[in-house]
Amino acid sequence: MNKEEKYNLAKWAMNHALENGAQQASVTIANSVSSSVEVREQKIDKLEQAIQSGLSIRLFVDGRYSAHSTSRLKKEELAHFIEEAIAGTRFLSEDEFRTLPEPELYYKGGGANLELLDKDFDKVDPQKKIKLAFDAESEVFGKDDRLISVSAGYYDNKNERVMVTSNGFEGDSSNSVFGVYTSVSVKGGDARPEAGWNESAIQYANLKKEGSGSIALEKALSKIGQQKIQSGTMPMIVENRQVGRIFGPLINALSGSEIQQKNSFLINKLGEKVASEKLTLTDDPFIVGGRGSRLFDGEGLATQKRTVFDKGVLKTYYIDTYYGKKLEMEPTSGSTTNLVFETGDKDLQGLIASVDKGILVTGFNGGNSNGSSGDFSYGIEGFLIEDGKITKPVAEMNITGNMKQLWSSIGEVGNDVNQNSSWRTPSILFENIDFSGL
Amino acid sequence: MNVDRRSFIKTSGMFAAGSVMLPSFLQSCHNEQISANVKSYLDHFEVSAEMLQKVIAAAMSKGGNYADLYFEHKITNSISLEDGKVNRAYSNVDFGVGIRVLKGDQTGFAYSENISLDDMLNAAKLAANIADQPNEFAPIGVNEKAPANFYPIQQKWTDVTIGDKVPFVQKINDKVFSLDEKVSKVNAFLGDETSYVLFYNSEGRLTYDYRPMMRVGAVCVMEKDGQIENSYVARSFRSGFEVMTDELLDEIAKEAIEKTNLLFEAGKPKAGEMPVVLGAGGSGILLHEAIGHTFEADFNRKGTSIFSDKFGKKVAENFINIIDDGTLPYDRGAINIDDEGNDVQKTYLVKDGILNSYIHDRISAQYYGVEPTGNGRRESFRNMPLPRMRSTYMENGPHTVDDILAQVDYGVYVDNFSNGEVKIGAGDFTFFVKSGYVIEKGKLTRPIKDINIVGNGPQALADITMTANDYKNDSGTWTCGKDGQSVPVTLGLPTVLVKKMTVGGTNA
Repeated sequence: MNKEEKYNLAKWAMNHALENGAQQASVTIANSVSSSVEVREQKIDKLEQAIQSGLSIRLFVDGRYSAHSTSRLKKEELAHFIEEAIAGTRFLSEDEFRTLPEPELYYKGGGANLELLDKDFDKVDPQKKIKLAFDAESEVFGKDDRLISVSAGYYDNKNERVMVTSNGFEGDSSNSVFGVYTSVSVKGGDARPEAGWNESAIQYANLKKEGSGSIALEKALSKIGQQKIQSGTMPMIVENRQVGRIFGPLINALSGSEIQQKNSFLINKLGEKVASEKLTLTDDPFIVGGRGSRLFDGEGLATQKRTVFDKGVLKTYYIDTYYGKKLEMEPTSGSTTNLVFETGDKDLQGLIASVDKGILVTGFNGGNSNGSSGDFSYGIEGFLIEDGKITKPVAEMNITGNMKQLWSSIGEVGNDVNQNSSWRTPSILFENIDFSGL
Repeated sequence: MNVDRRSFIKTSGMFAAGSVMLPSFLQSCHNEQISANVKSYLDHFEVSAEMLQKVIAAAMSKGGNYADLYFEHKITNSISLEDGKVNRAYSNVDFGVGIRVLKGDQTGFAYSENISLDDMLNAAKLAANIADQPNEFAPIGVNEKAPANFYPIQQKWTDVTIGDKVPFVQKINDKVFSLDEKVSKVNAFLGDETSYVLFYNSEGRLTYDYRPMMRVGAVCVMEKDGQIENSYVARSFRSGFEVMTDELLDEIAKEAIEKTNLLFEAGKPKAGEMPVVLGAGGSGILLHEAIGHTFEADFNRKGTSIFSDKFGKKVAENFINIIDDGTLPYDRGAINIDDEGNDVQKTYLVKDGILNSYIHDRISAQYYGVEPTGNGRRESFRNMPLPRMRSTYMENGPHTVDDILAQVDYGVYVDNFSNGEVKIGAGDFTFFVKSGYVIEKGKLTRPIKDINIVGNGPQALADITMTANDYKNDSGTWTCGKDGQSVPVTLGLPTVLVKKMTVGGTNA
């Protein structure tokens, strides 16, 4: 389906809903194309190709609300599907807070080209894709006696969607991603440490095609001899790509639904200092080529650049239309775009050098955080730091604490931002973390 | 618009795609071996045995040595309650065929959301590319296999309207609120799923499955002196609508109140290594993480699991038997056939302390030269199958709960969990404890909450020094993730003592 066909079908479905009893409706049609190849022992292990399409519809019927989706896109089936969905909606209780967004908050066209799609997506030669996977594997294969297994892969996908609403929104967006990865297992004593590395890019030309294998091998070898150490309270550095695990609960606590349903430890904290002065964070939807960039959100609301934390002071929640009405707050947007940290002066090596005795966390293993209290406990692996240097690999340990305390105890924010993600996290040093080990 | 219930039912997600517009040429299937049951599935997907044979021939055309077709039509519905009212409903319809071609242990895979012969042939040709030696594939017959029936139901979810379901969800809310005045919010839900599966492979095996699934539960939020605590309680079964009873709702409501109340008094244990007593039921998460994943034969075939060289060796005390079972009646982890068309077993992973079997899919069973165990599963027709668990549990042992507690001077007792994870190669696994107790001198003393426990698989298995006789299956909404695919599972355990694991906590 091309863009025009998607718009036509979306409008047809929306009108069908309006003609059959819905007072408001919103329809999204999305399709994606993807391919992937994985190589093992110098043979193709897996080869996958897929084309996927789907329609989703939100219905507002006599003050009631429901949402539905299907991969069956023939009009006669869709007609039936929508009619049945409307009939089902009538069995629900009324919900006065359910409406489409106010039209003046919609994105109305224009704005910068965010460059989220590789125009030549379909032109990448399939043989080249396969070769990239083989090349990544050969960076490692046969390179070390301790190797047990190497898998390397290439993947890409392209997504295109259009959305229409019955109070005037029309918008479309598309994006692409290309990636190369390698995962490596090595033998070290009884254990078989594993590590992986992934490179990805929106434009094929910008994909870093070499290096994932070598990095994965180095990381796996560095884990040989992992052991737990004595429990204790120490500083912790979390490596940039891993920060999301402990940052997620902080962002989740800002969500309108969690606040309204009392599953947040940051209820009624707007304008208050809730974290360290070293935490300044911006939500910037307009970064050209940013993984989280967008001109409108899932409801059609025009995106805006917002400060989330300013020197530890909470400046915004993530509020969609529904929870905005319930909380009597202006909607911002229900989701994050690109999260950009104000960075410090040091890279990861610099942070490590500043620690007398502590632990560098390079991976998490399970654990969770309690939404309402912020109490957390996570399994970790990484390295012991002594006198500013990495001395040995550690694993099978936990960190335990509270999110509010954790984010109030930032020692230093690094400058090594991970550009491979919409959450552009640098490595961060935290003080006084409870580690459990022996 | 006045909805008559029957017409609502048919489609509300429930396009029985075949029943609406069955092309007449399909009726002309001459294959005498085909039973009415299989025929109803062929009709459902608007295909004929001849079409399946053509698609398999295309899949095998480049020299693959095995191919299979996995047709799936899945209808998912849910309703939920927030702020006192059942005020939202969701539904999803998914429909398509996954086509897989194997050449040795190499896999080619493609899927199509359209089940026309042309679309299927195109997908088959893509999947065929895993092989590169064009080959004439001799026509195959049809070898029909009637599946087991571990979940016969009385009332199909596709015959139930939202109107029929709403009162149950409302009741959970009202019961929870009536039980304790500290309750400030309830989120309650009822979800159901119906899958039609049709399977055919290059060996001629033709089989099918009808898979119902339901889940019902609530999140209960309570407030006391400014402190907010919540608990999630749910049940899930491969059952029909008849499973919805007042008793089930009562059980959920009471458990939600009890679990949440416990949290107001709960704190943290001290950090470090200590004995851990795992209470009967949900503690089966230990088996799932510490042993189950590392027994999955794809990891062992590649040598990447910590258990890769332990087959046939003693890995636990003699009284320990660990099972992965796809045959438990109405169990969330049960399947009548696996997603590679194989029969499903009760598989002893550990028998009398010896590592007895890995968890196999077709590729690994072939590699190890064993019969498939019926563990080849996939999230949907969009995914290729992998070795996956079903219901993983331990049989009763020789001890009692009192014997076990009496052994512990200082440790923790845990029986309520939310999630876990494992590093396959290092064998380090974790599980997150929502609540439990400190054990002091053999007695449960103060409650604890929100701590992670970490251990090492082979070590923890060897460290299970006592097993009680109070086995319980946990019928919560356990969902297992691997390689981006989610499948429903369950787990269970009698009370056991693990000599030591590392418990999250404070160093004060």
